[in-house]
Amino acid sequence: MKKLIVLLALCAVMLGVAGCGDSRERIYVANWGLFIYEPVLQMFEEEYGIRVVYSTYSTNDELYALITHQGAEFDVVVPSDYTVERMINEGRLAPINWDNVPNAQYIGDQFKNLAFDPTNRYSIPYKWGTFGIVYNTEKVDEPVTSWSILWDERFEGEIFMYNASRDTIGLAQRLLGFSMNSRDINELHQARDLLIQQRPLVRAFLADEIIDNMINGEGSLGTVYNGCARWIIYYNPAHNFVVPAEGSQLWFNSMVIPRTSRNEEHQANAEKFINFMARPDIALLNTLYTRYSTSNIGAFEMLPADWQNCPIYWPNDEIMRRGEVFVDLGDFRAEFHQAWTQVLVAGN
Amino acid sequence: MMHLKRFYLGLMLFFMYAPILVLMVFSFNDSRSRNTWGGFSLRWYVELFNDPHTQLALRNTILIAIFSTILATIIGTTAAVGIDKLKKRSRMVIMGFTRMPVMMPDIVTGLALMILFLFGFRIVGFGRLGFGTLLIAHVVFNVPYVILSVIPRLRQLDPNLYEAALDLGSSPIRAFVQVILPELWPGVITGAMLAFTLSVDDFMVSFFTTSPGVQNLSIRIFAMTRRGVDPRINALSTLIFVAIMLMLFIINRRDQRLIKKQQSEV
Amino acid sequence: MKRLFVFPYTLWLIVFTVIPIILVAYYALTVTADGQTSFTLANFRWFFEGMTPGEPFFQRLYVRVAMRSVYLALISTAICFVLGYPLAYILASKGFRNKSFLLFMFIAPMWMNFLVRTYAWLTILERNGLFNTLLQRAGLPQIDILYTDTAVLLGMVYNFLPFMVLPIYTSLVRMDKRVIEAAQDLGANPVNVFTRVVFPLSLPGVVSGITMVFMPGAATFIISNLLGGAQYFLLGNLIEQQFLRVGNWHTGSVVAVILMILMVISMAILKLVDRGQAEEEGARV
Repeated sequence: MKKLIVLLALCAVMLGVAGCGDSRERIYVANWGLFIYEPVLQMFEEEYGIRVVYSTYSTNDELYALITHQGAEFDVVVPSDYTVERMINEGRLAPINWDNVPNAQYIGDQFKNLAFDPTNRYSIPYKWGTFGIVYNTEKVDEPVTSWSILWDERFEGEIFMYNASRDTIGLAQRLLGFSMNSRDINELHQARDLLIQQRPLVRAFLADEIIDNMINGEGSLGTVYNGCARWIIYYNPAHNFVVPAEGSQLWFNSMVIPRTSRNEEHQANAEKFINFMARPDIALLNTLYTRYSTSNIGAFEMLPADWQNCPIYWPNDEIMRRGEVFVDLGDFRAEFHQAWTQVLVAGN
Repeated sequence: MMHLKRFYLGLMLFFMYAPILVLMVFSFNDSRSRNTWGGFSLRWYVELFNDPHTQLALRNTILIAIFSTILATIIGTTAAVGIDKLKKRSRMVIMGFTRMPVMMPDIVTGLALMILFLFGFRIVGFGRLGFGTLLIAHVVFNVPYVILSVIPRLRQLDPNLYEAALDLGSSPIRAFVQVILPELWPGVITGAMLAFTLSVDDFMVSFFTTSPGVQNLSIRIFAMTRRGVDPRINALSTLIFVAIMLMLFIINRRDQRLIKKQQSEV
Repeated sequence: MKRLFVFPYTLWLIVFTVIPIILVAYYALTVTADGQTSFTLANFRWFFEGMTPGEPFFQRLYVRVAMRSVYLALISTAICFVLGYPLAYILASKGFRNKSFLLFMFIAPMWMNFLVRTYAWLTILERNGLFNTLLQRAGLPQIDILYTDTAVLLGMVYNFLPFMVLPIYTSLVRMDKRVIEAAQDLGANPVNVFTRVVFPLSLPGVVSGITMVFMPGAATFIISNLLGGAQYFLLGNLIEQQFLRVGNWHTGSVVAVILMILMVISMAILKLVDRGQAEEEGARV
């Protein structure tokens, strides 16, 4: 009996402990993994007295499912272009009151009013970049210019592919000369079949794990975003990164405020957060740590010259011209998922 | 023969502990790499103490494990006593459903509970996934283990004990607490330990039943595995492991008999 | 008194076991279009036929996923049994003073997070990992294990082995030693004692061990992603994909239902193998 009482008392104490978190206001933020310099969050907390509850996701689909199906209520999230478009079309985003975000002036004009949010009513550009091939120059001794090297049998078991449907099917579409935003079922299926044909050469389908694997010399070729490539090259300088001549995606991740049940009270805090992240010194810390290109010109100007002139950090006009921004595919999405599953299952 | 047995035992222990050894060694690695040795350093331990997110996740894991163990033990023990008194047929039915979460793959348990919670929220019009749902989910998958640990103990109980206590003027509750419970204690402890272990180790069910704002250690580590596990986690795991081993040795030395009694129930 | 105890628990079971299963079945049997929910078998058709008619390669696509899962789970169960039975037998046999402590040593790794333990295998198995370094030092050729089905199997065996050892150990320890002595007195040789007496008596433990290893193996997606590099797509991957990426609860629930059916089938088969243990409820776990 005594033990039982002790147990119950313990229980009560623990409940007390659990209950007394701090009473500060909270803001719920979700972002991509490795996409922020985390101490920046503490700086925000100290400056504004608002606690940041921060979490990460690894694909747009995952973020979308969290918000729409699992009822996760975030105040600020950072989807990329086509998912911003989808969320706008479905009425899932709250418009930003730009009067509260004066730091938006530092955002480069070339990142404003892009097709997925033509008047920037809902989104503020955060990071941008491209997607290409990172390769180990000690193992690949020829210049890489085309996606087709990923189908070269000499590199069997040396290739890491990105485990995300649009990025990987998209590169196959470009190799075939199609648009990445094609809604033609035949083009999709040709791209799919090309990827299935590639399966025996692929070592693994991974996401950000490709970074560690390339650094450790586990493979010769990998498909990654330019920011990841700079991580790899920093830790293992034997690597190089190219955006193949067939063209690739250009992606723009933007901060948005999803509509939730508590928008009224949180909108102002969300805007404070967005404004804080657009402050040039903060954007500078973020870009220096993550190695992803900033959309913040104020921050760009403070960067060291070797960053500003780095073609991987700041893709040239040629790459931009060949690049394509993903567009939301609407109902065709189901076909896309299906094709991607088929690629993955083809290894069974 | 004895040598062969020892050899096999040693081999299996090596298999079980090889990865643990690796991660413990790499917690002292100065480099961030998971396979290149960059010299001895304690930097990840220092960073761990300055990492509020991991600390919060650890706190959540421990809180959930303690609460869910206590709740599951209470629910499971009382349920076991009740089930034991049932007629055979109804007992079979109840036990069948009790065993279900044990047999069910945890991904199914997780998503079924997620659907239940979200469905419930829609009906009542408020509520969302978080600490509460995480706790309930852990209690749900822990209760069967407590029941299955307590029931064998009940079988060995003299059925007249309880009646005797009643005849002597004891109230039913008093009779249960003073007469039955002490007899069940080893089974209850085994069940509680199982529950605690499973709660600490769980990823799948937590993954589906919490919101991104409330992370436990598993979920934080899962997020990390995608971009390379930070050696901070190795440092934390090492600390946890050392704590467990210490506890184990102390218990083992102080009271070998108690453990023997318990494990005969596992 | 017993009412007092059973009634709340029955309610608990209904809310947290029966209703969730019904909800999963409900989602599996319905589709939602334009806010209208209607009953249909289309989701099951999706699973059993695949969605691309006319392309033979993709027919029964998800059935192939299921078969691959069952196949890997069966192999890992077999390995766990082959490794785990002798282990349980040795642990249960006389001669070790610290039996309980040794047993504990096999459970203790479970207190370390399963993801961390599984992730640590990467360091051992990868191309430039510890295992290959050892091979190289020994002058042997290196092998690729990481991102193959061998790595996935290894991950399964590593994670699920304790679930095989524990129930077998329990049934061996509980065994009435007098039966064994009687068999020996009657002149049975050690092999016969084992095959005719010990093994059949430990069967309940074996059976529960098999179910405890087979089901998580068939349902995993973490191990196949982490150690298999998504080279194999398993039922767990399909659930994760449908729920968390595609966001289709209806098709995702179908896969969950398939897993539950698999569970019922495996339990039924095993029940046939070991009749008469229905009352031995405690022997499980």
